Amino acid sequence: MAEEKDRKVKAEPAKEAVEEKEEAVDFDQFVEVRKIKERFPEAIEDLKYFRGELTIRVKKDFLIDVCKLLRDDEDTRYNFLTEVIGVHYPDREKPFEVVYHLYSVPFAKRVRLKVWLAEDEEVESVCCVWDSANWYERETYDMFGIRFANHPDLRRILLPEDWEGFPLRKDYPLEGPPGYREKWLKEHLPNYNKL
Amino acid sequence: MGVIERKLPDNKLTEAIDLVVNWARASSLWPMTFGLACCAIEMMAAGAARFDFDRFGVIFRATPRQSDVMIVAGTVTLKMAPVLRKVYDQMPEPRWVISMGSCANTGGVYNTYHVVQGVDKIVPVDVYVPGCPPRPEGLMYGVIRLQEKIFKMKVLRR
Amino acid sequence: MAVKDEKQFKELFAKGTSLGKVEEDVMREAFKTQDLWVNMGPQHPSTHGVLRLILALQGERIVDMEVVIGYLHRGTEKLGEFKTYHQFIPLTDRLDYIAANAMNHGYVVAVEKLAEIEVPERAEYIRVLMAELSRISSHLLWLATHALDIGAMTVFLYCFREREMILDLFEMATGGRLTTTYFRIGGVADDLPEGFIDKCKEFCEIFPERVKDYDDLLYKNRIWLSRTVNIAKISAEKGLSLGLSGPSIRGSGVNWDLRRSNPYSVYDKLDFEVAVFDGCDVYARYLVRRKEMLESCKIVKQCLEWLEKNPGPVRAKVPKVFKPPVGEVYAAVEAPKGELGYYIVSDGSTRPYRIKIRAPSFANLMSLPEMCKGHLVADVIAAIGSIDIVLGEVDR
Repeated sequence: MAEEKDRKVKAEPAKEAVEEKEEAVDFDQFVEVRKIKERFPEAIEDLKYFRGELTIRVKKDFLIDVCKLLRDDEDTRYNFLTEVIGVHYPDREKPFEVVYHLYSVPFAKRVRLKVWLAEDEEVESVCCVWDSANWYERETYDMFGIRFANHPDLRRILLPEDWEGFPLRKDYPLEGPPGYREKWLKEHLPNYNKL
Repeated sequence: MGVIERKLPDNKLTEAIDLVVNWARASSLWPMTFGLACCAIEMMAAGAARFDFDRFGVIFRATPRQSDVMIVAGTVTLKMAPVLRKVYDQMPEPRWVISMGSCANTGGVYNTYHVVQGVDKIVPVDVYVPGCPPRPEGLMYGVIRLQEKIFKMKVLRR
Repeated sequence: MAVKDEKQFKELFAKGTSLGKVEEDVMREAFKTQDLWVNMGPQHPSTHGVLRLILALQGERIVDMEVVIGYLHRGTEKLGEFKTYHQFIPLTDRLDYIAANAMNHGYVVAVEKLAEIEVPERAEYIRVLMAELSRISSHLLWLATHALDIGAMTVFLYCFREREMILDLFEMATGGRLTTTYFRIGGVADDLPEGFIDKCKEFCEIFPERVKDYDDLLYKNRIWLSRTVNIAKISAEKGLSLGLSGPSIRGSGVNWDLRRSNPYSVYDKLDFEVAVFDGCDVYARYLVRRKEMLESCKIVKQCLEWLEKNPGPVRAKVPKVFKPPVGEVYAAVEAPKGELGYYIVSDGSTRPYRIKIRAPSFANLMSLPEMCKGHLVADVIAAIGSIDIVLGEVDR
């Protein structure tokens, strides 16, 4: 009871929009980093450790090799692909970021892989490593227009197949381009709004 | 409706027919299960043990060909709109539509690129039930209002 | 009886001998027919919403299947970029509307991780209590509809009876039945109301007995067994590769529950068993969820005991204009359907730069074609039911 009252309720989120000072982290403590460095010394572009999560940015050409390594290695065993995410940064030179969250069921830990892409660049599909990438990548294509090379079936998944534009890009308005909803409905419904 | 337009006057006979036919129509409304989103769960709850829709003569029917009323329960998206219209067209006349929940009424919180802003742009709506989602009592009230509306209808004439 | 060639087969066929699966395979070779394409949905009562399936059939067996989704795509992720962190909470309710508290839970855990907010312990217990009640209610609804699809009508009425009891509890605490929006960043909206704990205890007393009622109807019911055992099998490896998580993968013998393996909230202080069965079929998934309901009931009891003894604050102080630091986090919780994760990218402003929802149903649905191949059309319904999808979450 007394403890409960003495508990200090901490609520100090950062006041300014300044990137927090990163503490120097020894990345070699992570087995994933060691393994990748050992096998593919040139693959890693950047490493980050934030809120207990390891982020590895890899070169696009090494993605499949790194994924296969992390999946099959006895010390990592990342056998579960949690999701594939697109993020759009229009101001960057390489505006698209594809994020892969991997989970290792035997070791109960996570790692995040990242690939940066320029506007027209393609990234190799990881369908050959995890089957579940199929739909995740289709969704990423649907929302961002990021193309995945060697994907078995790269089509739109959520939106109608004749949809124009990629909604989750930052330049796409929330309500769609002006009048697009009505235009689409009129094309598909002869008696739209004529009741 | 309105096969014979402005030809039959209102008299005791036609009003008696109205009463009987409307009574039959209103007391066995068969809604089609058109559960789209959250509201569908409340629609199911309305049909289950506690709220018991059956006592109003409302029995859920899974096919449009044999149902009288369509309860649009949930968000209508652009991809769903042509399907919804097709299903509505398959229903035999006389048919009614209950728009259940904010999303079906106006789009609700979802004023986004892929949501139709109100199902009344696609099909004519008789009763709107507000709420996000409406409680089963709300839907029940909507159905009772629809029954009242049916009782005011005229058979075979306008 | 083995059929060797076309001639013998035709003789048998003329006699009207019934054929097993092996013979059907031979028949398919002998009388190669074109695939029959059948559309199922999006308006179909047993697809649990607006799922559309396109089935390729040989006779009555499924040779291929395509899943078409997106009929409920509401753009929640895009909408999230236009809402503040607080405003996004009601939208999470409407993803998996059957277990709204669990959806809230994943989101607030992610935001708290991002901003390093410490939540009062009482709030954590209330959260766990609500999330577990949600889990029971979700599994009840699943059992009700799944049994209804397979043909057991009474279970539907029974399950909804108990579900209403849980919804009454939600209503007491939050004012809402389905979309409760009870969780806040840094705690919960308000403390539990007076009388809640007694009423909840009453429910915990009644519930295990009611599960026995369902068992009487289903557990050893011959029709139920013949519709579920050895139907829609999927191996653990294939399931993991296809992204299957939650009760569905635990029905394939994988002992993986985020509440145990990566504990969040106060799950590490609670005593419960992870339900794992290795039948790999629809029946095993039924057993997992059945046991999970009872285990959740146990957790609820423990939470109630703790909450009775320990009053205290239920909400940390979080500013109304809430600006988390720049960065990105991923936090996952065990929702009733599987792993629910939120990936939040913050640029330091009041609104998230990007929110990605890792919806368990979306990933679980991917394994449906794998499960259904080679089965009869009627088994598709059992398979859809067994992975327990909610289309609001699939399409987002």
